[in-house]
Amino acid sequence: MTTAVRKPAAQQPAARKPRRLLPRWRDYGRPRELVVRYLLLFFVLGITVGPLLWQLLASLKSTGEDVFGANASLLPHEPTLRAYRAVFEQVPVATYIRNSTIVVLLSVGSQLLFSTTAGYMLSKPNWKGRKAVWVVLIASMMFPFESIMVSLFLSIRDLGLVDNLVGVWLPGFVGAINVLLMRAAFLAVPREIEDSAMLDGAGEWQRFRYLYLPSAWGAILVVTINTFISAWDDFLWPLIVLRSEEQMTLTLGLSRLQSSSFGYDQRVVMAGSVISVIPVLVLFVITQRWFYKGVSSGAVKL
Amino acid sequence: MVTDTAKPVSVPGTEQPVPGTAPSRIGRFGRALLPGPAPGANGAALYRRWWLPWLWTAPAIVCAAVFGVFPFLNTLLLSFTDAKPLGGAASFVGWSNYTRMLEDSDFWLATRNSLLYALIVVPLMVLLPLLLAILVEKNLPGIGFFRSAFYTPVLASSVVVGLSWQWLLADEGLINTSLEKAHLIKDAIPFLSDSWLILFSAMGLTLWKGLGWYMIFYLAALGNVPKELHEAAAMDGAGAVRRFWHITVPGVRQAMMLVGTLTGIGSLRVFTEIYMLGSATGGPGGADRTLPFYIRDVGLDPLTGNAGYGSAVSVALFLLTLGLTLLAQRLTKEDES
Repeated sequence: MTTAVRKPAAQQPAARKPRRLLPRWRDYGRPRELVVRYLLLFFVLGITVGPLLWQLLASLKSTGEDVFGANASLLPHEPTLRAYRAVFEQVPVATYIRNSTIVVLLSVGSQLLFSTTAGYMLSKPNWKGRKAVWVVLIASMMFPFESIMVSLFLSIRDLGLVDNLVGVWLPGFVGAINVLLMRAAFLAVPREIEDSAMLDGAGEWQRFRYLYLPSAWGAILVVTINTFISAWDDFLWPLIVLRSEEQMTLTLGLSRLQSSSFGYDQRVVMAGSVISVIPVLVLFVITQRWFYKGVSSGAVKL
Repeated sequence: MVTDTAKPVSVPGTEQPVPGTAPSRIGRFGRALLPGPAPGANGAALYRRWWLPWLWTAPAIVCAAVFGVFPFLNTLLLSFTDAKPLGGAASFVGWSNYTRMLEDSDFWLATRNSLLYALIVVPLMVLLPLLLAILVEKNLPGIGFFRSAFYTPVLASSVVVGLSWQWLLADEGLINTSLEKAHLIKDAIPFLSDSWLILFSAMGLTLWKGLGWYMIFYLAALGNVPKELHEAAAMDGAGAVRRFWHITVPGVRQAMMLVGTLTGIGSLRVFTEIYMLGSATGGPGGADRTLPFYIRDVGLDPLTGNAGYGSAVSVALFLLTLGLTLLAQRLTKEDES
C-alpha cells in the first residue's frame, strides 16, 4: 500500500529547486531592524511576564533567603517546594480551591447548557416573540454589574443565599453575551446542510445535537473558556456574598493574605498565587488557538 | 404517533405526521420538549407547540430579566428608600438620598477618581496595545511564544497580579531597591502609601493587565490593513512613523474606537486594583475609592450600610456609563461620516 503511493512521487523529476525547510534570518528583514525588534520584544517580555515570574521564583525560595530588601537575589539559591506545602498547612487553600471549583463547574455547566439552547432557538426564524426575547437579553447587558450589585445582593439575601456558593453562581448562570455568541455560531451553519439532514429524517433535537452543536464547537469552547476564567478570577461579587472562611473562593482567600501584617510568610502567599494561576494557564496552553478567536469574535460578531 | 419534524418550509398539509421521521431514542416525554415546526404564514413554519421555543429560551430569559433588568429597576426604586443591606423595614425618603449625594464630598472624590481613571487609562489603552500588536504582527521565529507570553497577565486574576504588584512596589520591593541600588533615589518612593501614587499605580496595573487582551484585539484588526499600502508608502520614502499615522491608524480606526469605548466603561468599573494596592479601605482615609468601591462601602456594609443611598450612587454610576457610551457612539458616528 505505502509503496504504491510513494512510487509516483519518487519518479517525479527534480525540476523544481529544492525548497529550504527553514527560512534564513535575512528573509525576515534587515539585520538592524531585526535586532531592534527582538530587543523590544524582550523588553516587553520583561515587563509583562517579569512580575509573575518573580512571584514564581520567590515562591521557590527557602526561608533563609530574602525575598525583599537589598540582599534579595532574583534566583532562589536552594529551590524548595516548602512554601507550597506550607500554604496548604497554614491556610485552608484546599477548601478555597474546592469552593472555586464548585463555582466554576456550576457556571460552565449552566452557561453551556442554557446558552446553546437559547442561542439555537434565537437562530431560528420560525417562532413569534423572539424579538421580545432579544430585547430582554440586550437590555440586561446594558447595566454594568457594579451599578446593580446592591439590588442583586438584596435579592440574594431574600433568597437566603448569603455566604453560600450558590449565591455566587446564581446571578450569572447564563450570560446574554454567550447566548448571542452561540446564536451567531448557529446562524453560520449552512442552511443546505440542515435541509439535507431533514430529508434524511433528522428531527429538530437530532439536528441540534448532531449537526448544530458539533458545527459550533469553536464557539462552545469560547464560552467555556470565558466562563471558566471569569468564574475562577472573579473577586468583587464573591467578596460581597461570602462571609465565612469555609465558603471562600481562592481569589478571596488570597486577597486576605495580602498584607504581611497578617503574619504570613511572603513565600507562602506567592505559592498560593502560583497555585491559583496554574489551572487557567493549563487551559490557555491547551486551547490557545480558540482563545484568540474568542477575543476577535467577541469584537466582530457582536 | 406524533411527530415534530415536519419541514419548516411551508407546504400545505405537512401538519400531518410524517411517518418514520420522529426521533425514537428520547421517548415520548423527551419528544414533547422538542420544538416541532408547523406551517406558518410567511414561508417559515411556526412551531406547532407555541411554547416550545419559550421553554428552550426560558433560562436565558429568566436570568436576563431577574438578574439583569429587574435589579436595575429595583435600584431606581431603592434609591428613594432607606433600605438596609441586612433587611428590616424600609421607608420612602423621597429625593433625600440624591440631595445627600450631591453634598457628599466622598462621593465627589470617588467620581473624580473614576473619571480621572478613564481620562488617563483610555488614551494609553488605545495606543499601547496597538504598538504592541504592530511589534508582534510580523511572523518572526518565536513570535508565537512572545504573543502568548504577553497574554499571560490577562489570565491571572486581578488579586494575583495585585499581590505581585504590591510586592514590586513595596518600600522594600524590587523597584524601590533597584532604584536605591542604582543611586537614583535616596528614600523609597511611597507607591503604596501616598494616595496619588496608589491611584497611578492602580492605573498602571489596569494597563499592564489589559495590554495582552487588546493586543490580540488589534492583531485581528491589523490583518485587514492592506500590506500593499505600506509597501507603496515605503517606496515613496515614508518613514515608519509616518506610515503608522497615515496608514495603520486610519486602517484600524474602528477598532480603536471600540477599544476606547470598552476601556472607558471598564475604567468606571475598577475595584480590585484599588482594593489590592490601596488596601481594603481604598487608600489612606478612602482617598482612592472609585465609584464601585464607594457603592460597596456605603451600600453594602453590614453594620453601617444604607442600600438606599448605595442605590442612589449606583444610579449615578449608571448614568456616567450611559453618558460615556453615548459620547463614544456619537464620536464613532462623526468619525464615519
